Amino acid sequence: MTEPVHIHTYDNGLVLVAEPMDWLESAAFCFLLPAGCAYEPAERAGLGAMTCEMTQRGAGERDSREFIQALENLGVERGESVSVSHTSYSGALLSDNLAATLEIYSDLLRRPLLPGDQLDAGRQVALQELRAVEDDPGHKVMIELRQRFYPSPWGRASQGSLDGLEATSMDEIGEFFQQNYRPNGTILSVAGRFDWSELQQHVGRLLGDWQAAQGQEIVEGPAGPRIEHVPYESNQTQIGIAFPSVPFAHKDYFQSWGAVGVLSSGSSSRLFTEVREKRGLCYSVYGTNHTVGKLGSVICYAGTSADRAQETLDVMIGELIRLADGVEEEELGRLKARIKSALIMQQESSGSRSASIARDWYHLGRVRSFDEISRLVDELTCDTINAYLAEHPPADFTIVTLGPSALEIPREIS
Amino acid sequence: MKFREHRLDNGLSIVAECNDRAVSTSLGFFVTAGARDESDEVSGVSHFLEHMAFKGTPTRTADDVNRQFDEMGAHYNAQTSEESTIYFASVLPEHQGEAVELLGDILRPSLREQDFDTEKKVIVEEIRMYDDQPPFGAFERCMAAHYGDHPLHRGILGTVESITDLKVEAMRAYFAERYSPQNIFLVATGKVDFEALTGDAERSCGEWPVVSTQRLTPRAAPHQSFQCVQKSEATQQYLIQIANAPASTDADRFAAKLLSVIVGDDSGSRLYWELVDTGLAEHASVYHYEFEGTGAVLTYMSCEPDAAADNMQRLLDVQRRVEQEGVSETELAQAKSKVCSRIVLRSERPSGRLFRVGANWISRGVYRPVRDELESFNSITAADVAAVLEKFPLSVCTTLAVGPLSEMAEPK
Repeated sequence: MTEPVHIHTYDNGLVLVAEPMDWLESAAFCFLLPAGCAYEPAERAGLGAMTCEMTQRGAGERDSREFIQALENLGVERGESVSVSHTSYSGALLSDNLAATLEIYSDLLRRPLLPGDQLDAGRQVALQELRAVEDDPGHKVMIELRQRFYPSPWGRASQGSLDGLEATSMDEIGEFFQQNYRPNGTILSVAGRFDWSELQQHVGRLLGDWQAAQGQEIVEGPAGPRIEHVPYESNQTQIGIAFPSVPFAHKDYFQSWGAVGVLSSGSSSRLFTEVREKRGLCYSVYGTNHTVGKLGSVICYAGTSADRAQETLDVMIGELIRLADGVEEEELGRLKARIKSALIMQQESSGSRSASIARDWYHLGRVRSFDEISRLVDELTCDTINAYLAEHPPADFTIVTLGPSALEIPREIS
Repeated sequence: MKFREHRLDNGLSIVAECNDRAVSTSLGFFVTAGARDESDEVSGVSHFLEHMAFKGTPTRTADDVNRQFDEMGAHYNAQTSEESTIYFASVLPEHQGEAVELLGDILRPSLREQDFDTEKKVIVEEIRMYDDQPPFGAFERCMAAHYGDHPLHRGILGTVESITDLKVEAMRAYFAERYSPQNIFLVATGKVDFEALTGDAERSCGEWPVVSTQRLTPRAAPHQSFQCVQKSEATQQYLIQIANAPASTDADRFAAKLLSVIVGDDSGSRLYWELVDTGLAEHASVYHYEFEGTGAVLTYMSCEPDAAADNMQRLLDVQRRVEQEGVSETELAQAKSKVCSRIVLRSERPSGRLFRVGANWISRGVYRPVRDELESFNSITAADVAAVLEKFPLSVCTTLAVGPLSEMAEPK
C-alpha cells in the first residue's frame, strides 16, 4: 500500500511534502512555521500564542468573521498550536475542498489583517488559556517539569506569562509575524487524496513568491533546579520525572523508543503493571520520549492521592533504574506487535499521517516511509536495546511534584 | 460496504458493517448497562465492573488479559456511560478470532474479591483525579439537580463513599442481571469475516444464561433551577447547564444536533462569537446527548470569575434570541457542512464507524450507512429547528456554577 512521498522545495525555501493515500476521501495538511515560543523575547512570554491568535482574526479580503465562516463552509476540522519550535496550523477535510482551503491559509500566512481593534479580545483569549492551566494540575506539572529540565528557552510553555501577555503590543505582534512567519524554514505537509502535480502548482501560485526572511538565533540559558515541589491545593499529588535521552533525529532514537515502549506502551508494560495493576496506586501513569530542537528526554507522569504519592514515586524511580538492566524478548515482541498495528492503522488517517511526515521532515530532512519504519522496528532486538541502555542508563532525573506536600526523593538518586 | 446481522439463540445480537478495503478490524461488545441501571446503594458499579472485566476470568489472570491484548497489537479500551458499557478493540484482520475470544472471555470475569479490593483503590484515584480537574464535579451535580428522581440522575463513577462501601457480592448480583445476553451486542466494522465472527461468538457466548431484565425509560420532566457551589481554590468559574432535548429515537434529534452546532460549536457558533472570540470566556460550547426515552442539551462555559455573571446573562440572551428568531439559512448550511464533513472524516476509520453502527443498532434497531446519516442532516430545514426549539427551549434549563465565587446573580 506504500506510495512514494512527493517533495518539492520552492525557490524561497518553502518545502512541500505530500503523501498520497488514494483510498481515503479526505486530505489533511499541516503548516509548520519556524515561529515557536523559543523565539519570543524573554520579557514577552506568550507573544507567539498571541500572534497565532491574531492571525486568525481576518486575512486578505475577509474580516474575522468571514475568515472563520469560509473555513467552516468548507468543513475544515481546524487546529492550531504553538510549541517551543513551531507555530502550526493544521486541518482535515474532504479532499475536494483542499485547494480552496490552502488558498485561505495562504491569506493567513501572507496577508493577515492583524486588526488592532481586536487586540484586547485576542489578549483576553490568551489570558483565559493561561488561567485554565492553573486549574489543570496534570497539565501544570508537565509545564513546570519541562521548564526545569530543559535549558532555557527549550522548556518554555506557549501560554506565556501574565506579564508578557499584558505588555504585548500590536507592533510587537507585527514584528514577530514579520520575522518568523516566513517561507524558509516552513514545512507544508499534505496526506490523503490529492493530485500531486496540481497540488505542487497550486501551492507554487499561492506561496511561491512569498518573501524569505532571516531567522533569529536562539540564545540558550541555564536549566532550572533538578528537584522541586510546587505547593498546590488538591486531593492528588502530581509527579513529573524527566531524564536525558537521545532526540528524534539521533541514530539510536529507535533504541530509546523501544526501551520506553517496554516501560510504558500497552497495559502489559512495566509502569502500568507495577504502579497501577499490582498496587492500585493511580489511574494514570506513563512515560514517553520527547524531543525539542536537538534535545531529547524521557518524560514520565503519575497522579495519585497525596498519601500514596511517596510510594508511587518510589515505584516509578525503581522501574526507571531497573530499565538499565535490560528488556526481555517477550516484552519486545509485544511492543513490536503494537507498533506494527499502529503503523498499519495510521494508513486510515490522513490527519495523523500529515503530522508524522511534517515531523519527519523537520527532524530528519526527509520522510520515513511505512516500509522503512517497519524495517527499523524489525531490526530492533533485545541486544541492540540493551546495549543502548548500558550506555545510556536512566539517570540525572529532574523531579517536580505538585500537590499539598513535598515528597522525599529516593536515596539512590538524590 | 455490506451490512450483516445474526442473533444467537440466547438473544445476543451480532451486527457488522463489512468493508473489504479496510486494513483493520474494529470489534466491540456493547452492553446496555450504565449508571441509569444502578441504585443509590451500588452507584458507580457499572464503571467499576468495566475495570473488573480486565482483572481476570476462570481461565486467565489479569496479566494474561493485558499481555494477550498487547501480543496481538490490539488498540483496546472500555468505556462506561449513563446507559452502556463498551469493550472495544482494533486489530489487524488476522487477529479477529483471537480478539473476539478474548473480549468474549473478559465479559465473564471472575470478580475475585482480592482484585476487587485492589481495583477499588484505582477507582477512588480516578474519582479524586476528576475532583481536582475542571469542572470539579459540576456535571454530576447538575445532572442530579436536573433529573431529580429520574434514573439519569446518578454519576457514572459513583462517589468515594459509594465505591468504598460497595461489596463484591453486590457487583456479582448486578453483573448476573445486566450482563444477560439480550443486553449484549457484538458489533464489528472494517475488514470483517462475518461467518467466522458468528462462529466465534457462538463458541464464546452461546452458553451465557438468560436472565430477564428491565430498564425504565421515562421522558425527563422539564426542570429549572440555579445553584452556585463554591470551590475557593479554583482559578476560573465553570458553568454547566442541562436542558431537555430529543431522545435517541426521536426524529427531531437531527435538528437538535444542528441547533447545538449553530448555537454552541467550538468555533464559528453564536456563543463562539459572543463569548470566545471576544475573550469574555475561555470556553463555551453546546452539545446534544441522546438517551433512551429522553435527551439533553449540555452547555459548558468557563471564564474568569469576575465575568461569570455577565457571561451568564449573555448566554441567556443568546438562548432567548434563537428561541424567538430561529436560525438563518446561512447558519444552517454552515452547520450541515461541518457536521457532514466530521461524519465522513470519522467514518474513514473502522474504529470511528464502530460506535455509530453500534448506536444505531442498539438504540434504534437499524443499520444506517454513512450516506443515510448525511441525508438525515441535509434534509433538515430552519422550520425543523424552530420546531425543536418550541418543544425544547434552551432557556428552560438547570444551571450549576462551580468556582471561587460564593454566589452569583441570576440572569434576568
